[in-house]
Parts: sequence; structure tokens; C-alpha cells
Amino acid sequence: MTTERERRFPGPRRGQLIFALAFVALAALLLALIGEQTAWVKKTKFFAQPRFWPAVALGGMVLMGGLHLYRMPWRRVTRYDGWEARRWGQALEYVLWFMGYVLLVPIVGYLPVTLVFVPLLTWRMGYRSPRMLWISACFAIAVVLVFKGLLSVRIPGALLYEYLPGSLRSFAILYL
Amino acid sequence: MDLILSAIEILMRWDVALALLAGSVGGVLIGAIPGVGPAVAIAILLPATFSMDPIVGLTVLLGIYGSSMYGGAIPAILINTPGTAVNALTTYDGYPMTARGEPRRALSLAYSASFFGGVFSVICLILFAPVLAKVAPMFGSREIFLAALLGLILVVVAHRGQALIAGALACFGIFLNTIGMEPVKYTQRYTFGQDFLGGGINLIVVVLGLFAISQAFVLLTDEDEKIHLTRLRGGMFQGLRELSRHPRVASVSAGFGVLMGMIPGVGEFTAQFMSYTYAQKTSKRPQDFGRGSSEGLIAAETANNAVPAAAMVPLLALGIPGEALTAMMLSVFYVHNVVPGPGLFQNDMDFVVALYLALLILNVLVLIFLLFATRSLIQVVKIPNRFLGVCILTLSFVGVYSLRNSATDCVMAAAFGLVGYILKRLSLPAVPIILGMVLGGIMEVKLRAAMARVKTPFDFIDRPVAFILFSIIILVLALHIIRAFRDRKELKEAEWQIKTSSMSFGGLMWRRKNSFLKDRGKQVRARHAKLLRRLTDLF
Repeated sequence: MTTERERRFPGPRRGQLIFALAFVALAALLLALIGEQTAWVKKTKFFAQPRFWPAVALGGMVLMGGLHLYRMPWRRVTRYDGWEARRWGQALEYVLWFMGYVLLVPIVGYLPVTLVFVPLLTWRMGYRSPRMLWISACFAIAVVLVFKGLLSVRIPGALLYEYLPGSLRSFAILYL
Repeated sequence: MDLILSAIEILMRWDVALALLAGSVGGVLIGAIPGVGPAVAIAILLPATFSMDPIVGLTVLLGIYGSSMYGGAIPAILINTPGTAVNALTTYDGYPMTARGEPRRALSLAYSASFFGGVFSVICLILFAPVLAKVAPMFGSREIFLAALLGLILVVVAHRGQALIAGALACFGIFLNTIGMEPVKYTQRYTFGQDFLGGGINLIVVVLGLFAISQAFVLLTDEDEKIHLTRLRGGMFQGLRELSRHPRVASVSAGFGVLMGMIPGVGEFTAQFMSYTYAQKTSKRPQDFGRGSSEGLIAAETANNAVPAAAMVPLLALGIPGEALTAMMLSVFYVHNVVPGPGLFQNDMDFVVALYLALLILNVLVLIFLLFATRSLIQVVKIPNRFLGVCILTLSFVGVYSLRNSATDCVMAAAFGLVGYILKRLSLPAVPIILGMVLGGIMEVKLRAAMARVKTPFDFIDRPVAFILFSIIILVLALHIIRAFRDRKELKEAEWQIKTSSMSFGGLMWRRKNSFLKDRGKQVRARHAKLLRRLTDLF
């Protein structure tokens, strides 16, 4: 049966304990490394010490994170926490998609990679109709044209563009 | 008058006009799509605005900030899903109106109320600007430090029931800001010998990760929702007439919006809550609230639209952002070497007024756009969630990669995206991290400067503004502690009401033991024994 304390806890139960434990453990570890990772400068006031603010921040993390953990209505990790952790792991797939996209753009080029990435991820998400794939391709072209062509955001030309003939090469480096 | 004329001169440029149009239309569109929101859009567009003039870049971002709430009312009213988080209260009275066949009336009323809130706050602030210009120079290093500290404390205590973890996350933000080369003594802090950490962690990378990439992950791992739209019938101008019948609710709600917007860390939710409660308490028909009350809708929409202009006050006057969106805007100032703070009000007052006028024009543009284009605009609500996730992930790349063309930044943004995803799954706030990063940096610099000029700790608060700010901090903390104790007492009472004595055998034995030992227990037992003796004597 759910207790009053559990009922009043804002947010879902699943995953809370794992997150709080990991947060406090990380904060405590970083605090333990403070002597090694920050310096104490002689003839400098206490508030101007380079160590002061990391100590305040990490002290606050350990103290408030620890109190949050202490006041949590649960003391044991259940199978629901495990399922939640697995759900967090599922998001890693999209981190890989994102990193793949990031690494390919400087080699193959912004327009070609975006033109493949968006429809491919749309396909992966379960949209198989030609209409959705066309929409995704149009979206990819629009993004490249607006950001690189129109707003001139800083995305460098790709390595493959170097092999394009003369004027096309400079056009591709500038706008695609 | 001269001030307003020179402000108009700043705005009379084709690129500013274009920025106003793009910001207003884009903001409405973004607001109307549930799952995107202004924070995601501003995070993505932020690096693109770095190459623009400060006034152009800020106009685009302000446009998105100011108009997204107009758009957010559309799905809140039509499909009971708020477009942006602050439109949650709009669903209370907006959706019941749609359910009884009055979607046009609800939309028109929401637009009119939003317009009134937006214009009211801008006019208030233009009139208030000369006062601010006089007050702002009273803020030196110690006052700005105390104001930043107050902002951070308010953000933390505003998360009722989650104040401890919000505080821990704010400290995490402060810690992130300290990573890298320390600028005064040139020592490394938490770089672990890695070159990429030497320059510190970029705020934009964290913002993009926590707001945009995490939202993409949420949408990508979720299911698509089936959406049924109601057909719109009737005129769109009836809301303006209806609004004029409730001038008191509209003005008080707008007033709450302006006041709450100016206080760092408080914002839309408190303003809406206060104005909604006020409207309900003073209404002749309080029973209609939550069932399609026009006054309820006016209170919610007026209050949330009055906030954006007011939220610019602490940012422009003191350089202290009160919430995530203004924290993002602060980076636009820094990129262009424009330092918001007392100096801006003293030297570039026309720039400040130009920003407010831009907001005023923006409200007019948005209202005109919505009155004529709502029928077509509601189609954006139908965009499937997971496809939206694909779009946000693609756009996030532009935001992160265009900063420094660094794959390391992208790895960090993806890592913060994962952190943001976990926080969203657990309903924990990400805003304290961003404010911790921004305000932590301000506090470090200002405390160092202030402490160099004081001899005793009391000197820190010996100026009037510093003393007032310090007193407010103490008051806020005291009120929070009292509230925490009251919550704890309520919890104990609720637990006692549910709990029955027989549930715990150990507890029963403990109570019996106490009863035996206490004088009162002895007296009761003696009385019972006496009664029992009398009873047995009878036989």
C-alpha cells in the first residue's frame, strides 16, 4: 500500500533512488578530489581563493543531495528502478545517431548527410509512408538552406567537397 | 519623448522589422506545437543570432519568448494539451469551452487577454524605466551579488516539495561554471588534465543539451498521440468585446504578471496562480471556474503574457536573469560585449526602450496574425511527436556544432541531453542548473570584488539596498523553513489519521509501557482498580 509520504512525493517513484544515489556519490567523489583538482593560493583572501566556489558548490551538492536522499520515502531499489534505468539506456541509441551525424558532416558534407540522416531516422521511428519520407527530405533541405545558406551559420565545408570541380566546389563549401 | 523617438530610430531598420516578423510568427508556431516550447527554440537559434546585431538577435529571441504563449493557448484550448508549460492553466477553462462547442470564443478570448497582458506590461515598464534608471546605479558589486543570491534562492524555494534537489542541482550548475581555467589566479579547476575542459563548459552547450536534445530524446522514445481537432465556427473578434466586460480581472492579472515577472525565479506560474485565485474569489460565479469560465481564461492568459516584458527588468537593469530563457538571452549580450546592468540603463536607455517597443509591436503583429491565420495554424498541432523529435535532434546539431565546430561540444551536449532526459523522466527541474551556471559566475566575480572593499562582515550590508536585499533573503529563507515545518506537521497529521494503533504490535507495547510508567497512567489504573473493588464488593 502507498504510504502518505510516498503519495506526497512529487514525481514518479521509478528511478528516483538510483538517480539520488548516483548524484550524491558523484558529488562526494568530486569533493574528495578537491585538494587535487583545485589550488590554494598563498597571500590571497579566503573568498578570492580558487577553491572557494568549487567547495561551496560541491558542499551544497553533497549536503542537499544527501538530505534529499535521506528524506526519500524509499530505501530499496526495486525492479521498477531497474526498468527505468533500462529506459534511460534506450536514449543512448539516439545519442549514437546524433554522434554519427556529427562525425559524418565534416567528411561527407552538411547537405548530403542531413538528407540521409533525417529520412533514415524518420524510417527508424516507424514512419514508412512515402509522404512522411518526402516531408522529412524536404525538411532536411530546408534546414540546410535556412541555416547554412541564409543565416550563414558556421558549419565548415566537407572533405569530399574538395574533389568537386572549380566553381561548384566553392559553392558547395559556402552554401551546402 | 526624445527617448521614445531615439528608440523608434533604432527599430526603423529592415533587419529589425524582419526579425520582429520572424520572431512573432515563429514564436506562435513553436508555441502551438506541443513538445517544442520557447526554451528549445531559443536554445537552437541562439548561436545563429550571434552573427546578428544585438538588437536584431534579441528581437528574434524576444519575439519567440513573447509570442510562444499566444500559440501555446491553441492546443491547450482545442486538444487539452498545453503548447508550452505555462499554458497548463489555460486548459482548465479553455478546453471545457471547446467541449461545449465554443472553441472560437475561447481562442479569441485567450488572444485578447494575452494581448492585453502583453501591452499592459510593456506600457508599465516603459513608464517605469526612468525610475529603474535611478535605482539601478545604486547596485554595486555587493548588491548585485546579493540580488543574484536572492534569485538563486527564489528559484530553489519555488520548487515546492523539491527544494532540496533543486538546491543540489543549482549547486551542480555553480560547479559546472567553476570548471576550467580560473581567470584571476590562472589555476586549473577540475580539468583532470584534459585540454577540452581547460576553457570551461560552455553555457550554450549545456542549454542545448538540457533543453533541446533532452526534449528530442523524450519525443523519440515516446508514442505518438492521436489528435482530434474541433472545427472552428464563429467570429474571432468576440473575445475583444468580452474582455472589455472584465476590466478588473484583466488589469489585476496583468499587474500580478508584471510584479511576479520582475522578481527573479518566480515567473509565470506564481503570477497565474495568484491571478486565477483572485479572479475566482472575486467572481460572481466562482462555481464556473474550471468548467469554462471566461474570467478564469482571462486571468490565466493575461498573467502569463505580462511576464516576458517584466522578466527583462532584472536582466537589463542588473544583469541578473530570473529564469532559463532570460539566462539564454544574457549570452547574446555577452557575445556582443554589451554588458547588461546599471550601466546599460544609464548609458543606453534608448536601447532598453527600443526592446520594449519591439515587444509592443510584436504583440500587435501576433494578434493580427492569429486573428486571421488560426484556421491554418491549428494544423501544426497534428505533427507527430516522434517526427518532431527527429526535427529537434537535427536542429540541435546546428546549434551545438556552429558554436566552435567542435565534436567535443557535441559529445558534451549529448551527455547533458541524457541528463536532461533523466531529469524530465523523474519530473525534476533542469532550470536550477542553468541559473546556477549563470548566477554562479556572476556571484563569484561580484563577491570577489565586494570583499576587497569591506573590512568587517557587517560592512557588506551597511548600504541601504544591500541591507534590504539581505533582509529579503533572510525573510525568504525563514518563510521557506516555516513552510517546510508546516508541511512536515501536515504530513505527520495525515499519517496519524491513516495509521491505527493496532497496526504495529511494537508500538502498542511501547505505548503500554509508557502508560504504566507515567503518573497519569498510575492515576487512571488506581481509579479503575477502585471502581473494580467497589464492583466486586457489591457481590
